[in-house]
Amino acid sequence: MKEASSHKSANTLRDLPVGSHARVTSVNGKGRISKRLMEMGVVPGADVRVVKAAPFGDPIEVVVRGYNLAMRCTEAESVEVVPV
Amino acid sequence: MIALAGNPNAGKTTLFNSLTGLRQKVANYPGVTVERKEGNWKLPFGHARLIDLPGLYSLEATSLDEQIARQVIAGELKDIPRPSAVIAVVDSTNLERNLYLVTQILEFGIPVVVALTMMDVFEKQGHEIDIALLSKRLGVPVIAVNAKDGRGVEDLAKAASDAVGKPAASFKLEAAEDGDSQNARIFARYNFVSDVVQAAVRHNDLEKHRRSEKIDSVLTHRFFGLAILAGLMLLVFQAIFSWASLPMDLLEQGFGWLADESRAVIPAGILNDLVSDGIIAGVGGVVVFLPQILLLFFFISLLEDSGYMARAAFLLDKLMSRVGLHGKAFLPLISSFACAIPGIMATRTIESRRDRFATIMIAPLMSCSARLPVYTLMIGAFFSGQYLFGFLSLGAVLMLLMYLLGIVTAIIVAFILKRTILNAPPPPFLMELPPYRMPNIRTVVQNMLTRAWLFLKRAGTVILAISIVLWALTYFPRHEQSAPAVAAAGSELNAGDAKESPEDDAEAGAEQIRNSYAGRLGHLIEPVIEPLGFDWKIGVALIASFAAREVLVSTLSIIYSVGKEENEESQTLIAAIRSAKRDDGRPVWTPLTALTLMVFFVLAMQCMSTVAVVRRETNSWSWPLFMIVYMTGLAYLVSFATYQIGRALGFE
Repeated sequence: MKEASSHKSANTLRDLPVGSHARVTSVNGKGRISKRLMEMGVVPGADVRVVKAAPFGDPIEVVVRGYNLAMRCTEAESVEVVPV
Repeated sequence: MIALAGNPNAGKTTLFNSLTGLRQKVANYPGVTVERKEGNWKLPFGHARLIDLPGLYSLEATSLDEQIARQVIAGELKDIPRPSAVIAVVDSTNLERNLYLVTQILEFGIPVVVALTMMDVFEKQGHEIDIALLSKRLGVPVIAVNAKDGRGVEDLAKAASDAVGKPAASFKLEAAEDGDSQNARIFARYNFVSDVVQAAVRHNDLEKHRRSEKIDSVLTHRFFGLAILAGLMLLVFQAIFSWASLPMDLLEQGFGWLADESRAVIPAGILNDLVSDGIIAGVGGVVVFLPQILLLFFFISLLEDSGYMARAAFLLDKLMSRVGLHGKAFLPLISSFACAIPGIMATRTIESRRDRFATIMIAPLMSCSARLPVYTLMIGAFFSGQYLFGFLSLGAVLMLLMYLLGIVTAIIVAFILKRTILNAPPPPFLMELPPYRMPNIRTVVQNMLTRAWLFLKRAGTVILAISIVLWALTYFPRHEQSAPAVAAAGSELNAGDAKESPEDDAEAGAEQIRNSYAGRLGHLIEPVIEPLGFDWKIGVALIASFAAREVLVSTLSIIYSVGKEENEESQTLIAAIRSAKRDDGRPVWTPLTALTLMVFFVLAMQCMSTVAVVRRETNSWSWPLFMIVYMTGLAYLVSFATYQIGRALGFE
C-alpha cells in the first residue's frame, strides 16, 4: 500500500478554509481514490473553491468545473493545491 | 437496439420517459440488482429498442453500475445485443464533466449522438453555446432537446437513425506517457474537453450556483440543516405510519370481504379453505403493505428528484460513517420503523454494494409497525397501570426500551458486519450535490409505480408460496370435528367469518391447531424454547408468526379459544393469557415471560415479506437465509439471557 506521500509538506484541499479558491497541483492517494477524484474532474490544473463543511466537519463541499462535489476529508487530503 | 447513457442528474430519465412514453419495462440485469429499463422508441423508419443505462460518471469499472454500462456498450452481456448507437445525454449546465463520459464512449468506437439537455436553464443563466462547433470538435451530431415541450426530440430520432449502421468516428486522444498511464488518460480527456468547451461556450454568469447555494445556506446549515432534516423525516415517517393506515384498513377489509365471498361461492372443503384462508389471506397480507410502499417511494422520488437527498446524505455522513455506513443509509433505516420492506427497497440509492447489504441486513432490527400489536398485547396483559417512580408509565418505558434494543443491536451488527464479511476499504466518498430543481411529477409518479409493481410481482410469488405452506401446516392433518371454515393461523385477514357460533368455532379451531402439524411442531420445539419460559402453545404462535409478526395475536386467540377476531387490546384475550396454566398448575405467562417474548420479537426475523424482498434485492438466497439465522439466533440468545437472568434475580 502506497502512502499518500506528500500531504505533510504541501497544502491539501482539506486544509483550505471555507470560501477560499485554489488550483489543483496534484492528486495523490491510493489508486481508486485518485482515479475517482480525477474522473470527477479534480485533475491538476483545475480550479476549486471550498463551499462549506458538513455539521460535524466532514464531509466538505467544493465547486469544481462548475458543479458542487462533496467529499470526505480522507479524499480531500489527497488533493494538493496552491491557493489563488 | 440503442443505448441511452449519461451522468446522474443529467435529465436522462426524463428524456427516456419522453422518448418511450409508457412503453417501457423494468427488470434487473442478469445476476445483479442493477435496474434495467427498456422501452420502445419510434424512429422515422420503424422502431428501436431503447435501453436506459444506469446513471454514471465514467465507464471505467469501479461501481457495479459502471461495469454494467460498460458491458452493455461493449456488447459483453448475454441477452443484450451490442447497441448500434449510443445517445449520450449531456447536461449543458455541467458540460465538462458530462463531456468527459462522452469522450470515453467515443473511445469505444460506437456511433454516438449527443443529446444536450437543460438548455432552458443554461440559456436563462445567460450562457451561449455554438452547437455546430461542438458537434464538429466532437465529430458526432449534437442535438439540443427539451423533454418537457418535445423540442429537438424529432431531430434526435432522425440523427439516431442516421447514425445507426454508419461506421463510428474514430476517436483517440494522445495521452502523455508517464508513470501512471491510467491517470494520464483521464488528464488527457479533461484537457480535450476543456479546450472544446472553451471554444464552443461563452460563459456569462454563475446564477445557478448562486440560487442553489442560497437555498443550501439554509438547508445544509450547521444547525437549521439538521433541524429541517429531522422535520422532513418526521413528516415522511408520519405519512407511512399514519396516513397509510386508512387505505391499509380498507385493503384489509377488502381482502376479508373477498375471503368471505370465496368461502360462500366455492363448495365447502379443502379447495374452499385453501383459496380463502391460504391464498387470499396470504396475498392480502402482502398487498396490505402497498400504501406504505407507494407513499415512501413518492417521498423518496420527490427528495431525490429535487436534489435534497444528496444534501441529507451530506449532513449525516459523518454520523453514519462511524458505524461504517454511508450517509444515504439514513432514510432506509428510518423508514424501516414503519416497515422494513419499503426501507430495504429504498437502499437502492446506496451505490456501494457492501454498504447497501450492511444496511439491508440491519433494517429489520428497527421495530416496525407489525411488532406493535405484540408489544401492546404483552404490555396490556402484564404492565398496564404500573408506574416507575410514581409518574413514568412502565408500559411506555418498556416500549421505548424495545425500540432502543433494536437500534443498539443494529449499530453493533453493522459495526461487526462492516469489519467482517462486508469488510472493505471505504469506497471513495465523492457525491455530486446537484443544483436544486423542481421535481418532475411524471418522473416521480412513474418511479413510484415501477417500484410498487416490482414489489407486487416478485415478492408476491414467494409470499404466496410460503403462506400456502404455513396454511397447510395449521390445516393438516384434519381433525374430525373441526368445522371447515376454521384455522389458518397464517392469516390475520380472514376475520369476520362468524357464521357458526363463535364459541364452537373457537373451540374447534383450538382443537384443530393442537393436532395440526404446526401443533406437533410446537410440541417438538418445546424443549428448545423451554429455557425461554415458553410452552408449546407459545411455540405454535411463534411458528405461525414467522409469516408475519402480528399473526401472533390471532394465533394466540385461536389457541386460547377466545375467537380469532380478538385483537391485541381485547380483555378476553388478556384474561385468557393471564389465566393460562401449565400442566403442573403454574401460570404459563408471567411478566418475565412477557418481557422475554417482547425481546424475542424485537430481534427475530419473523416476516416472510421481508425475506422475499431481501431475496429479490440481493439476488441470492444466502443473504436472506443469513438474515434469518443471525437475527433469530440473536433473538434466542438474548431472550434466553433475559429469562435466565430474570429468574436468577428472583422473578418468576
